[in-house]
Amino acid sequence: MSNVPANHTLILAAVLFLIGTVGVLARRNLVFVLMSIEIMLSAAGLAFVAAGSKWHQPDGQVAFIFILVVAAAEVAIGLSLIFRISRYFRGVDSDELSLLGEESEI
Amino acid sequence: MNVVFYVSGAVAVIAALMVVTRASAMHALVNLIVSFLAIACVFWTMGAPFAAALQILVYAGAIMVLFVFAVMILNIGREEESMQHEGRNRLIWLVPAVLTAALLVEFVVAVSTGQGPTGRGVVGPEAVGRSLFTTYAIGVEIASVLLLAGLVAAFHYGLVPGRREGRNE
Repeated sequence: MSNVPANHTLILAAVLFLIGTVGVLARRNLVFVLMSIEIMLSAAGLAFVAAGSKWHQPDGQVAFIFILVVAAAEVAIGLSLIFRISRYFRGVDSDELSLLGEESEI
Repeated sequence: MNVVFYVSGAVAVIAALMVVTRASAMHALVNLIVSFLAIACVFWTMGAPFAAALQILVYAGAIMVLFVFAVMILNIGREEESMQHEGRNRLIWLVPAVLTAALLVEFVVAVSTGQGPTGRGVVGPEAVGRSLFTTYAIGVEIASVLLLAGLVAAFHYGLVPGRREGRNE
């Protein structure tokens, strides 16, 4: 059994989460934004599993399964929204989505 | 086992950095798969083999298939093709290959030496399932409703607009 301190696992989860946050903030391509959100969700699951393994309880893995369900639903809806956006705007650039700032007839 | 944890964590961080910084969506996807596999290794070292299996099956398997289909349908890889034809950058596979090779070496060493997350700290699938379907049974129901809602919403947004536009209002 590993004796990695739980601090290090939490630091790893935080680093991964911050990388995902930077991806969400910095990238303009919506597919990359969705991938970065996946990294963030995975980091959150990592923190849950780390906590569960620190106290040898299954609750952390149960929470991880729920995060998995949320990630699957989020990817399905997000990708179908990206399909719809690419059909309307001829691209997946998030800077193109400025309809709220204009007179829109939709 | 500590070495496995730190190497896997480093691989996950490097692969995640490459996901954020790549220009081509396909390269980012391959790096994302490597990152998820490394996180599965981290789960395994922490004594959560069930979470590791789910990470590989659902994240690196199912969700990544969706992403690959999306990238292919949206045809994002056009600039990437021209880039490859011009540049002929042969070293582009080097970093993912090194990262994946690190994971493979970890696996071989762990299997051949018999070291595994065995013993006191392991929370196996049985304990997880027992907890999931007793304490968190209401959460399972809510998750199923969430998945159903996601299915309906994805189907709705996936309909070709114009053909059934009148029903969308």
